[in-house]
Amino acid sequence: MNKVIAVFTKESFLVPVVAIILGLLTGAIAMLAGGFNPIQAYMALIEKVFGSAYNFGETIRQITPLIFTGLAVAFAFRTGLFNIGAEGQFIVGMIAATTVGVSFDLPAYIHAPLAVIAGAVAGGLWGSIAGYLKAARGVNEVITSIMLNWVALYLANWVMNAFFIPTGQQRSEMIKESSMITITWLSQMFDSARLHWGTLIAVLAAIFFYVILWKTKSGYELRAVGLNPHASEYAGMNVNRNVVKAMFIGGMFAGIGGACEILGVFHYQAIMTAQPGYGFDGIAVALIGGNTPLGVVLAAILFGILTFGAAGMKFGAGVPVELIRVVIASVIFFVAAHGIVKIFVKPILQKKKEGGH
Amino acid sequence: MDWGLIISNLVHDTIVFSTALIFASLGGLYSERSGVVNIALEGMMIIGAFTGAVLTYAFQDSLGPLAPWIGFILAGVAGAIFALPHAVASVTFKADQTVSGVALNFLAAGLSVYLTKIIFNGAGQTTTLSSVFTKWSIPVLHDIPYLGHAIFEAYPTSFLAFIAVFFTWYLIFKTPFGLRLRAVGEHPRAADTVGINVKKMRYTAVMISGALAALGGATISLTTTSNFSHNTVSGQGFIAIAALIFGKWHPAGAMGAALFFGVAQAIKSLVQIFGLTKYIPTEFIFMLPYVLTILVMAGLVGRSSAPAALGKPYDTGSR
Repeated sequence: MNKVIAVFTKESFLVPVVAIILGLLTGAIAMLAGGFNPIQAYMALIEKVFGSAYNFGETIRQITPLIFTGLAVAFAFRTGLFNIGAEGQFIVGMIAATTVGVSFDLPAYIHAPLAVIAGAVAGGLWGSIAGYLKAARGVNEVITSIMLNWVALYLANWVMNAFFIPTGQQRSEMIKESSMITITWLSQMFDSARLHWGTLIAVLAAIFFYVILWKTKSGYELRAVGLNPHASEYAGMNVNRNVVKAMFIGGMFAGIGGACEILGVFHYQAIMTAQPGYGFDGIAVALIGGNTPLGVVLAAILFGILTFGAAGMKFGAGVPVELIRVVIASVIFFVAAHGIVKIFVKPILQKKKEGGH
Repeated sequence: MDWGLIISNLVHDTIVFSTALIFASLGGLYSERSGVVNIALEGMMIIGAFTGAVLTYAFQDSLGPLAPWIGFILAGVAGAIFALPHAVASVTFKADQTVSGVALNFLAAGLSVYLTKIIFNGAGQTTTLSSVFTKWSIPVLHDIPYLGHAIFEAYPTSFLAFIAVFFTWYLIFKTPFGLRLRAVGEHPRAADTVGINVKKMRYTAVMISGALAALGGATISLTTTSNFSHNTVSGQGFIAIAALIFGKWHPAGAMGAALFFGVAQAIKSLVQIFGLTKYIPTEFIFMLPYVLTILVMAGLVGRSSAPAALGKPYDTGSR
């Protein structure tokens, strides 16, 4: 029995790793087809990320929101919901943080936490719209949350234009210094890379994710609903309430992520012409991470490196940055169709088995 | 103010904007009627818009007005090929169909801009096409006051879309092929028992789906935008899915829903023309189609009737 478990744990590790390798290979093929040198490009990617203190710090900056949105998607997944709306929840978190950051004058120890909490609540409420519509009206949460992403985008632009953007400009006024969560000394250590407390909050959020799902009664219910809503209903759990709750908590993660981008990185909010994309990358992060908190953090690190390093590929090998989207898409595809990956994994597993005997 | 003219213009614009949605939601219909969820309509439309624009660009100097037709048709072919991985993942490897669809959406968004940059020396969009579809006027009928301009003056793609609706209805409900397709989506085991090849039907359906959605995408780049960029499709694939659900997986219903969403977009341009943006912020007008979609879906409580086996991989061994 123990051996069986061991094999399964191996597979849960091997499948994403092989999927990542296959994804990178697909990217390499796309590069060869486009007349680029994939080895040179991937080397440039690594060099970009690890080449200087500034870029390394900026990679951490890039990883942070991905942890948040990854957790947002993974949490809902655990309750059987596909939260494709992390994008919108992230955006409303940004709106809330900007609003609090610009409008109030408070001591820093109240102002900054208040702005983060505002982002969390906004993201949570935005997420629970899709949760409520699913629970009360039976509407597929995938469709509603995609629509809510667009609504959030235009809502953000309207709020900014109407209240916070001085005429003739493209971005809001700066948030008050008391609401900023930048870590100045750490930032200086990394050649003024934009490092902030959000990264620590992200790690705490991952721990919170673990504790609430696996150490509390409420988390047990959330997971039970995800595994079998009918059995949960029969056992006396309120499925609908759990659906809304899961979307609220998931949305909260994304909302904090959005808030931290404003409070720690930009300190203002600009007019958006397209989705920022962190929410969509969160889907990939959650899937590669197997919807576990540790997995999400590791996957976010990988995706942060890929997306930030993409600029290096452009600079070092002339490869358009969109190539990295092809890599990410392929990784998601191979994780989804893990049957394909297993064809590649099988020989490895069999060899191990033979070696063991 | 000539209200007849305003309404005539509104209907005219509605048809322009609905065409892509009609193609794409019909595409979704084939796939979902066969039991395969297709959230990848967005990505398939992107591939269609990209292929249509690039091939038209390639042929416009040599073939002139024929070029958009080549682009349009080959966009359909490209869409069918692009849909193949979705079929492989969801039918053969029994993957989560929503996740596989998301992967294809990512792939389309990345690949199309990647290739655009390679072809157009680093530019994120194609150059404006010199040869795109021009509107056709049906002889005699287009002279009818108001109605003529509203309905009988449209892009050839619009006429094709309405023909496709009728054709799909006939194929799905009046032919053995359609019966098999529906059987596979409702009760694959029963279908298998009477000798229908479930996997083959689903592969076929997903590929038809890709072709039609791509035609929808090509419609956008070859009629309204005259180029391809990263935001040419901008969520219309998802609205097409909403139209499919709103239209209860029926060709006429999907067409009706697509026209409804088309009105939302047509009103958008109408509001801008009338200078109403002074009173209603443009952002709210941009939101309109998406808010309407949510409201419409919320109003559909338990009345949507999805194919019974939708989203469930068929396993020959299971009962």
